[in-house]
Amino acid sequence: MAEKGSYEIKVGLAEMLKGGVIMDVMNADQAKIAEDSGAVAVMALERIPALIREEGGISRASDPQMIKDIQSAVSIPVMAKVRIGHFAEAQIMQALEVDFIDESEVLTPADEHNHIWKHDFTVPFVCGCRNLGEAIRRIGEGAAMIRTKGEAGSGNIVEAVRHMRQVQSDIKKLSVMDQDELMAGSKNMGAPFTLVQQVAKLGKLPVPNFAAGGIATPADASLMMQLGAETVFVGSGIFMSEDPAPRAKAIVEAVTYYKDPKKLVEISTGLQSAMKGLDMSEIPEGERLQERGW
Amino acid sequence: MIGVLALQGNYQKHIQILDTLNIRSMEIRYPEELDSINGLVIPGGESTTITDLMNRIDFFQTLREFSKEKPILGTCAGLIMMAKSVPDSRVEPLGIIDIEIDRNAYGRQIHSFTDKLSVKLNGKESQITATFIRAPKITKVNDEVEIISEYAGEPVAVKQGLHLGLAFHPELDKVTLFHEFAFKSQFINETKKHHAA
Repeated sequence: MAEKGSYEIKVGLAEMLKGGVIMDVMNADQAKIAEDSGAVAVMALERIPALIREEGGISRASDPQMIKDIQSAVSIPVMAKVRIGHFAEAQIMQALEVDFIDESEVLTPADEHNHIWKHDFTVPFVCGCRNLGEAIRRIGEGAAMIRTKGEAGSGNIVEAVRHMRQVQSDIKKLSVMDQDELMAGSKNMGAPFTLVQQVAKLGKLPVPNFAAGGIATPADASLMMQLGAETVFVGSGIFMSEDPAPRAKAIVEAVTYYKDPKKLVEISTGLQSAMKGLDMSEIPEGERLQERGW
Repeated sequence: MIGVLALQGNYQKHIQILDTLNIRSMEIRYPEELDSINGLVIPGGESTTITDLMNRIDFFQTLREFSKEKPILGTCAGLIMMAKSVPDSRVEPLGIIDIEIDRNAYGRQIHSFTDKLSVKLNGKESQITATFIRAPKITKVNDEVEIISEYAGEPVAVKQGLHLGLAFHPELDKVTLFHEFAFKSQFINETKKHHAA
C-alpha cells in the first residue's frame, strides 16, 4: 500500500531543493523568469516583503487564482505563504496542491501564541527561526524544513547572518554537552527534549536548514552557504533590483560555486544595481518582521 | 573514485551511501573533474536547474563522452537527465538511456509516496522500499533497455549497458544495492589496477 504524506516524504522534497535558490514571485511572468534563471522553486505571494513594508496593511495568503496561474506557468515546485497560526489558509493551500507551505512572519500573524500543528497536513511546511530553540519548536510542530528568518524586505544581510550564526553556535554548544546537561539545555531553549537530544547527537538539524531574509547579491548567497545554509531564499532581492533575470541567474550560479571566489568574480561582474536596502536603524523595533513567531 | 554531480540537488545523501559501501567519492562541479573519476551519480533535484547549470559550463559533451566508457547512476532528476527524450523544452537530456520521460507525472508533492518494490538485478530479485518525490514516469522504453523494476505495471528502474536510471530515491531509504551494482565492480577494478601497479 502506498504511503503518502509521511514526515520522511515531506523532508524528502526539502532534500531535493538543496544547493538551489527559491525565489519570491508575484505573478506568472515573474515565475517564468525565475524558472528560466534556474530557480529550484518559486514562492508565490501577492506582495514581496519590500512592498509589504512600503505599503503597510494586513498581509494575507495569496489569491488562489494567482497560485493556479503560477502553477500552470512553471514545472518547478510552487510554494505559498500562510499567516502564522492560520491553519484554514493552510488547508486551502493544501487543497490547491501547492508543493510546500511557508508559515511565515512576512505575513500578518493570525495567532499570537500558537503556530499551526503541521503534522496534520500532507503537504510539507517550512518555518522561520532566529535561534535553535525556535527551530526545534517548529520541527516539533512538524516543519520539514527550517529557514533562518533574517529581516525580510530589507536587502540587508546582517540579520540573516546573525540568525544563521546563532543557530550554528547553539548546535555546537549542544553537541559538546553531557547527557545530564541536555535537560537544562532543553529547558533554557524552550525546546522539546527528544529533539534536543537528537540535534545534540547529529550535530545538525534533522531537517534541511535554508537561509532567508536580506539576500541581494551573489556574494550574499555565497556568504550564507559558507555559514552553513543548504539553499537560499531570495525575496525582494531579485524583483526589486534593476536587473531581475541576470541577477537571478547570477545568484543561482553563486549557490553552486559558493566556495570558488574566482568563479564568483565572473558571476558578479556586469550586474546593475542591487536593491537599495535598509539599515536596521531605519526599521523601528516594532516593525521588524523577524520578531513575529513564538 | 566515484563522482557525485553537485550542481544542485541532494548529492550529500548519495555521498553517504557511497561511504557506507566504502567507495571513495568526490563532488563534481566542473567538466574537467570527470577525468579523475570512474563513475558518476546524477542525483535528484530540479532537472530545469541542472540543465541550466550544465549549459552554462558546457557539461553536455564531456558527460556524453564520459558515458561511453564509465557507468552513470541517475535518480529522479538524474534519470530525466539521462533519458533520450523529454518532451519539455525546459530540459535538455543527455541521451544516455534510450527512454522517454514524462516529468512530475505522478503529480505534485501531496501525491509523493513510499511503497515496496521488487527489483531484478544481476539475476537476483530483491525487495526494497522506494520513495517517489514528484517523480517522473518512464513512458517509452527501447528494446536495448532492460526494465529492472516496475510499479503498478509501469517501469520505474532501467538499465542500459553500464548505466542505471531510477525514478525513485534509494538514497532516502538507505538502499545501497544500486550504487553497489553500478560502482562496486568499477571500484574493484580500480583497486586491482592499483595493486598491479
